[in-house]
Amino acid sequence: MPFDLAFVWAGLIAFAVLTYVVLDGFDLGIGILFPTGRSRDDRDVMMNAVAPVWDGNETWLVLGGGGLFAVFPLAYAVVMPALYMPITLMLLALVFRGVAFEFRWRTERWKGVWDVAFFGGSTLAALCQGIALGALVQGIEVQGRAYAGGWWDWLTPFSLLTGVALVAGYALLGATWLVLKTEGPLQARMRGYAFRLGIVTLAFIGAVSLLTPFQDPVYFQRWFNLPGSLYTFVVPVLMLGATWLLYSGLRRRSDLQPFLAALGMFVLSFIGIGISFYPMMVPPGLTIAEAAAPDESLGFALVGALILIPIILAYTAYAYWVFRGKVRVGDGYH
Amino acid sequence: MLDSLSAETLARAQFAFTVSFHIVFPAFSIGLASFLAVLNGLWLRSRDATYLALFDYWKKIFAVAFGMGVVSGIVMSYQFGTNWSVFSDLAGPVVGPLMAYEVLSAFFLEAGFLGIMLFGRKRVGDRLHMFATAMVAVGTLISATWILSVNSWMQTPAGFAINEAGQFIPVDWMEIVFNPSFPYRLLHMVLAAYLTTAFVVGGVGALHLLRDRRDATARRMFSMAMWMAALVTPVQIFAGDLHGLNTLEHQPVKVMAMEGHYDSHPDGAPLILFGWPNAAEKRVDYAVEIPNLSSLILKHDWNAPLDGLDTVPDADEPPVAIVFWSFRIMVGLGFAMLGVGLFSLFQRLRGRLYDAPWLHRAALLMGPSGFVAVLAGWVTTEVGRQPFTVYGLLRTSDSLAPVAAPAVATSLLMFIIVYFFVFGAGVFYILRLMNRSALAAMPDDDDGPLRAAGPVSRPHKDGEAHHAV
Ligand code: HDD
Ligand code: HEM
Ligand code: HEM
Repeated sequence: MPFDLAFVWAGLIAFAVLTYVVLDGFDLGIGILFPTGRSRDDRDVMMNAVAPVWDGNETWLVLGGGGLFAVFPLAYAVVMPALYMPITLMLLALVFRGVAFEFRWRTERWKGVWDVAFFGGSTLAALCQGIALGALVQGIEVQGRAYAGGWWDWLTPFSLLTGVALVAGYALLGATWLVLKTEGPLQARMRGYAFRLGIVTLAFIGAVSLLTPFQDPVYFQRWFNLPGSLYTFVVPVLMLGATWLLYSGLRRRSDLQPFLAALGMFVLSFIGIGISFYPMMVPPGLTIAEAAAPDESLGFALVGALILIPIILAYTAYAYWVFRGKVRVGDGYH
Repeated sequence: MLDSLSAETLARAQFAFTVSFHIVFPAFSIGLASFLAVLNGLWLRSRDATYLALFDYWKKIFAVAFGMGVVSGIVMSYQFGTNWSVFSDLAGPVVGPLMAYEVLSAFFLEAGFLGIMLFGRKRVGDRLHMFATAMVAVGTLISATWILSVNSWMQTPAGFAINEAGQFIPVDWMEIVFNPSFPYRLLHMVLAAYLTTAFVVGGVGALHLLRDRRDATARRMFSMAMWMAALVTPVQIFAGDLHGLNTLEHQPVKVMAMEGHYDSHPDGAPLILFGWPNAAEKRVDYAVEIPNLSSLILKHDWNAPLDGLDTVPDADEPPVAIVFWSFRIMVGLGFAMLGVGLFSLFQRLRGRLYDAPWLHRAALLMGPSGFVAVLAGWVTTEVGRQPFTVYGLLRTSDSLAPVAAPAVATSLLMFIIVYFFVFGAGVFYILRLMNRSALAAMPDDDDGPLRAAGPVSRPHKDGEAHHAV
């Protein structure tokens, strides 16, 4: 295959979305688990486990959306109207959870309100992202260069299933992140949650994987005919391996291994979706090549991406390193 | 009521509503990020605790405002797709990459170093903390540069071709980025952000001087802010004039609306100071005007002819009254700011900067003026370029997403409710922080040496207790 800018960009966008999912996934997961914090100290520690880095994590979402606009404007222009309601609700949910990081330190009387906003915003954002994914997998009706369906088409049992599945998955990521960042009784409790959420997440991954091939005959072919069916064996086997690492890590009381294993489960699920989609940008009809902007746009943006993304990764890693170690009560500047 | 409106009207209302909320926060945080970097630098150089107290004081306010800027900005970047998908498809190849550069070069930088700036002084030490603070400030400026390039390209498109699908295709990126109105808009907006912040800081300083004129932190911030007001406002007025001349060259119809020139003036156009634009009769009622002055300002010639809206087809005219009034609000506030700046200079020369209650009252009153001027300026710019999204080439009515009106109405309603609730609370917290004196953050005298606490007295620890005046 010749060097093709559109495919390079499809890979970069996929990378941005995956990075978003794993990084903001554990932020949102902590929000989802927020009500399980028993005391104010618990909740302070939970929030401060991500407070210095959440903004950077969320920026990957802006890169995913903004990147799509830049290099696949046609895909952006059909997907956003098709997912109008889940996207709008997700944005509003992110408003609530984003401001909660500052607001809950600025008030005594309303602290509870912003605690609820943090939990509700995180949960709704995760649910909407999962629904959006499910709706995309089902396919989006396009005529000419525009979305041709109604404003409720996204709502199906399958998209609701993917929505709930993502909430469970993010909660798992959040719990394992807290195993890494906390200590004492809070950590012990998170280990327990991670144990249960691991089973739930695996069950959801299984259900979604079984149903996905039936959403579109192309997916079915991809998974059950050679050479694609090789993946059908490899991906689930690796998934079981990641799950095993999750449990062995939790049992050994390792701080880091459960988180890495949960990340592995997400990466594998993501690869699975990629196998179903390729070479579509927006199933069932819009391919990567059709959706791409002209080469002048792709090339110009690629120069910046290739220079800046490594720099971004470097200082992001530095920021994580600065805030390494356990979070304790009273950390923070508030 | 909402469902009797068309999807286009609703989508425009939604864009105007959300972007107006959004721009308020960046206008403040661009200026404040630079101010914080300056305060931190001065603290490191002089080890004067007043600077550190001010840094910690404004840092908290910055964190709240910045958070609201981020979440309202994310809404903006998705709204292009949800509500203006045809625009996104057609203009995406040109403006999309500019916005991608904004994300890559600015948003990540701000977000990556924000945590270190807020939480990290002890962890990384003074030097790296200073670096992080500076990076946040630089990030906000880079962000403004890219987004204003995008907006300016939509006002004065350049460097593109149009393909079979009707998409705008980039031909020359230098011409696209440095399109004709970009340098003027960038300069004017960055100065606007600095002035907005200066007047907020000045207003807060004035408030605490009115309560206790010995408050060392209030003195310091008031003095810094008034220097900005006195020095930057004249530059801003000059930049605004240049901006207007550039607009006359590229978007003359907008200037006709700003000036209220319904009729052409073959031998010298008057400057209409005030009046009531009458859209039905196409004239300005009750006009108070200075003969020929408009020609002098715009053409530097008393008798130069100026075309009016009578030369433009009705379908290509912007709504005159909105543009006419918003422009006057902005310019009026610009001169009011100049007045405060000059007044402060006068009192400073008399050595009475801190003992001038009327100056302090004026500065307090002008505290929010920057926000109003910024909004008025954007309304002038954006409404004045209607009915186009890409000026002269793509109409607003042809930019719309194929989304049903009830969907847009529902989301608009949700945005209104959520924004007023959430950002209302945020503004309340900011005002409450401002209502406290920064003195509370000063170390006690017995904690260590305290240099240059001000000529009059040592600082009070009990800032809360002072409610003089
Ligand atoms: C990147 C581009 C961009 C930027 C930086 C801005 N706008 Fe804009 N604006 C648009 C792109 C745009 C648009 C997409 O082109 C709209 C949507 C509908 C329209 O007619 O133009 C628009 C419309 C629009 C309208 C409605 C005009 C009308 O319908 O008559 C208002 C009041 C504003 N904007 C106000 C603002 C403010 C306060 C801004 C300050 C941040 C701003 N705009 C920045
Ligand atoms: C309609 C156009 C606009 C869009 C789509 C937009 C988009 C965004 C987005 C997505 C963010 C959040 C980034 C993050 O995660 O950190 C943001 C923040 C920001 N925007 Fe905008 N923006 C617009 C208009 C403007 C304008 C006109 C300016 C300034 C001149 C501006 C300056 C900033 C700055 C400085 C921030 C950083 C956050 C803050 O300061 O509060 N934006 N914007
Ligand atoms: C008194 C002198 C001023 C003059 C003559 C002036 C002139 C202008 C003009 C002609 C425009 C419209 C540009 C266009 O789109 O064609 C504009 C826009 C704007 N003005 Fe002013 N202005 C003045 C003061 C101010 C002040 C004091 C502020 C804020 C603190 C401000 C903030 C803005 C903003 C934010 C815009 C929209 C962005 C842009 O186009 O740059 N202006 N101004």
